[in-house]
Amino acid sequence: MSEKLTISLSPHIHNGMSTRRIMWMVIASLVPALLVALWTFGIPALIITFICVGACLLTEWIITQFVMKRPITIFDGSAIITGILLAFNLPSILPWWMAVIGSVMAIGIGKMSFGGLGCNIWNPALVGRVFLLISFPAAMTTWPAGVGAGAEMIATTGASAAPLEALDGTSGATMLAMLKSHGPEALDPDYVGMMIGNMNGSLGEVGSFAILAGLLFLLCMRIVTWHIPVAVLGSAAFFSWVFGGNPILDLFAGGLILGACYMATDYVTSPMSKKGQLIFGIMIGFITIIIRRFGSYPEGVSFAILLMNSFTPLINRYCRPLPFGEKERRAMEKRKKAEEKLLTENK
Amino acid sequence: MIYVFLSLGIVGVIGLIAALLLYLAAKKFKVEEDPRIAEVEALLPGANCGGCGLSGCAAFARACCTATSLDDLNCTGLGDKEMAEIARIVGLAEGTRVRKIAVIRCNAACETRKLVNHFDGIKSCALEHSYYQGESACNFGCLGLGDCVVACPFGAMTFSESDLYPTVDADKCTGCGKCREACPRLLPTMRELHPGKQLVYVNCSNRNKGPLAMKECDVSCIGCGLCKKKCPSEAITLESFLATIHGDKCISCLECVSVCPRKSIIAEENPAPLP
Amino acid sequence: MKLKRFKNGGVHPDPMKLTAGKPIVGAPCPRKVTLFLSQHIGAPAKCIVKVGEKVEEGQMVAEAGGFVSAPVHTPIAGVVKKIDLVRDSQGLWKEAILIEEEPSEEPKKSQTLGFDQKNPLRSDDQIEKLSGKEIVDIIAEAGIVGLGGAAFPTRVKLTLPPGKKADVFLINGAECEPYLTCDDALMRAYPGEIVRGIRYLMKASGTSKAMIGIEANKPEAIEALEMVTMSSPDIEVVPLRTAYPQGGEKQLIQALTGRAVPAGGLPIDAGVIVDNVATAFAVYRAVKFGEPLVKRVATVTGVDVKDAGNFIVAVGTDMNSVLELAGGIPEETGKIISGGPMMGRAVSQPDAPLMKANGGFVLMPKTDTARGEVAPCVRCCKCVDACPMNLQPYLLQILAEYELPDDAKENGVLNCMECGCCSFICPSNRPIVDFIKLSKLQLRKKG
Repeated sequence: MSEKLTISLSPHIHNGMSTRRIMWMVIASLVPALLVALWTFGIPALIITFICVGACLLTEWIITQFVMKRPITIFDGSAIITGILLAFNLPSILPWWMAVIGSVMAIGIGKMSFGGLGCNIWNPALVGRVFLLISFPAAMTTWPAGVGAGAEMIATTGASAAPLEALDGTSGATMLAMLKSHGPEALDPDYVGMMIGNMNGSLGEVGSFAILAGLLFLLCMRIVTWHIPVAVLGSAAFFSWVFGGNPILDLFAGGLILGACYMATDYVTSPMSKKGQLIFGIMIGFITIIIRRFGSYPEGVSFAILLMNSFTPLINRYCRPLPFGEKERRAMEKRKKAEEKLLTENK
Repeated sequence: MIYVFLSLGIVGVIGLIAALLLYLAAKKFKVEEDPRIAEVEALLPGANCGGCGLSGCAAFARACCTATSLDDLNCTGLGDKEMAEIARIVGLAEGTRVRKIAVIRCNAACETRKLVNHFDGIKSCALEHSYYQGESACNFGCLGLGDCVVACPFGAMTFSESDLYPTVDADKCTGCGKCREACPRLLPTMRELHPGKQLVYVNCSNRNKGPLAMKECDVSCIGCGLCKKKCPSEAITLESFLATIHGDKCISCLECVSVCPRKSIIAEENPAPLP
Repeated sequence: MKLKRFKNGGVHPDPMKLTAGKPIVGAPCPRKVTLFLSQHIGAPAKCIVKVGEKVEEGQMVAEAGGFVSAPVHTPIAGVVKKIDLVRDSQGLWKEAILIEEEPSEEPKKSQTLGFDQKNPLRSDDQIEKLSGKEIVDIIAEAGIVGLGGAAFPTRVKLTLPPGKKADVFLINGAECEPYLTCDDALMRAYPGEIVRGIRYLMKASGTSKAMIGIEANKPEAIEALEMVTMSSPDIEVVPLRTAYPQGGEKQLIQALTGRAVPAGGLPIDAGVIVDNVATAFAVYRAVKFGEPLVKRVATVTGVDVKDAGNFIVAVGTDMNSVLELAGGIPEETGKIISGGPMMGRAVSQPDAPLMKANGGFVLMPKTDTARGEVAPCVRCCKCVDACPMNLQPYLLQILAEYELPDDAKENGVLNCMECGCCSFICPSNRPIVDFIKLSKLQLRKKG
């Protein structure tokens, strides 16, 4: 023993998991979905992802360096996730400057204005997306139809590629938009194509199975728990059925899977207790279906998640777990009171 | 056009009704209060430090306005001018007041105290003190995590990162005693300042026996009693191997400072009174 | 068969039982001992010897200072040298009695647990005739305290408050802390003695059933105890799933009986009494041989420790000499932990005397001691999931940081037993337990 002993309070060991490692695992789990997007939309998908990630990192670096004057935090990986998720919410043919504006909004307003990682109220990527959706509604709802290698391949192999092109020409509407404008009768959805990624939509909407595979990876690594994704998807399917919709279409045709697996499960903006998480998830599914059925927007996942993000502190407050033994303590007190009452009555 | 005026009119009427309601409510629930209280309170520092012994500045202002003499009411954060102003407002004679200042009775800068271990945890003196001895060998000295600095409502304490030791800015300190409350080892001591006298104090709180105290720090009080013998005015007492100088009896002859073999008695010029 | 465990939370630290299976080795008898008057929870013991007085081995040198207190005995014969303040392993000054052996040329003997050579004080028939009250008195007289770590006087546990009744006696052999193996070693070596100790405890408390909970990662201990309890249906050995904090009192009660102790209550409120296996062993020695609690088994371990093992040590021995038995403190040691790494305390004075509750020392190399860099809380709720008391550690941490002790109390900070699961699992390396301890201090200061 050559030097001074270290003193610290217990515990003296740690399981070795770090926030940074968790973030990089989430990024790794997003890779399959990114590959599906590349397969469907081609190189533009990759470009828009890089633009978003780069813009997010740059925004965070500028803010930490010059505005907040804090240590640089861009290497913790959370800005990269925000960038990827924002890109997953955009159409691949979006002008590059719009993507940059979205990224600046996501990081600047959605995250850093609250104080950085861990302090934000709303999911930053969704803040960026909703800002773009409201500011540039036309650009945000113009979807490329089958420009990628995957779509071409399916077309040449004879599978019914991009069933919606017939209705809307080259820049197709998403199936949900079709559902809204033409009603369910106009659709003859190709479920298989839809599930493997052959449909119109944003980058992350197309690869439902890749997203679910990513979720499975996160579940196995114990980074997320099943509660939120299952609650969101389950309640969306249930309410879709209640309101006379097509549950399969509602689950796979939009951004619900992406939202349920990656946006709603965002650590910072979701409730802490398991009960709270279930309520949170069920309400997201419900609001999504309400917006899709009765609202003016064809898609409602982002609004539903942002809305429930706002309720998270309230849910946390009312879904406090009962401390171990608290039930027994209350029962004991009640018993004591009853005994005392009995005693005084007897007297 | 008619709709514009109609809506203007409706909003205007709603506004008027609301204003009326507010007015009535203000009238009905108005609490009669001595107007001097607000005047006095405006003069106070508003730090709610509790140095006066009352629960806060508002309580002090109320006490001033109901008191018959200002002798026991002394805001440590106020200068003489403001106290005179308060006396004028409440129409009483100015009370006698003694300015107090905090001195930290530990001289443990990094070169004199031996750091024997390294603490890896949150910065809280209270926590460190309750769980173990602290980083230095001395169980009575400054822990160096700055609970007092955080507690000071006047920003009068600064923390030296190189020495791991707080210093008191005599110009800002009001002697409210918040730092003493925060310190788990009660090192900050409130000392009265007497005009014309120097501030003389034993800059150590080690209550261990001499040999131990000597081992633990280079400038510790070892309780040898030399200062007590030398003191012409019997201002020094010795308790559990620690000398303490009582300011009311001290005539600042500085005999003790020169006689102390450990150089642990400090004499400081009186800082200027607060403006 | 699905093994039993507690219901809420828990973590799975690497067990690191390096010394499992190592035999119990006697340490040399110390030439001098330093006996703290306060080795237990409760009032300190009162010194009953004077400086210069000669004392016999096993003589009581300090009597219990109250009901919740325990007497202290000397493990060696010698002369009382001093009664003075001594630093304990945390460097805090505590009153202690220093006893030194009279100089002799005899070589140092190795420590034994006593009963191998000694004749029993009481025969089995005599013990049979003892009443429960008498056994409690013997236990109180022998200065026995809970040897699992908390050092709660055993006599207090056995004296049931009026109106309360215990129907099951639980014996804690879980030893869920990583590294430590002293209970495991005892269970392997002395299963019969432990079971007899349990019988005395059952008689003393008036319970008719006992359960021994042992984590499944100690199959030899389970087998040994099952062998000796085969013919007694009233003592059941229950293998438990390996999870931390399985050996926490309330967790063990829930795992074994399915009952939950009311928040803020004691095990007796759930109708059970819990004691450690080492305590049962000490009870056996006290009742059968009249041996006071002056020796115990302690583990000295660590990845770099040369001769890590389980040792019989005398209370009051210099800690350094105990570490010396295991080959001394390795060069690269950065931290010495008294107790297990999850709840033990870091030692600042490696030359402090041993106390009754010191069941082990873990020597951590420098590379493992530093805490990770603290990152912002991302509210991943891993701490909420891991908390065995069903609290919200992340919230308690924030409330402590902003000095809101009342809100912390409302959120159950007093239910926290500081098991360390939250800090262990926090991916942001946040010092949650530090803050919870601070929160409790804030509450105490407020009064």
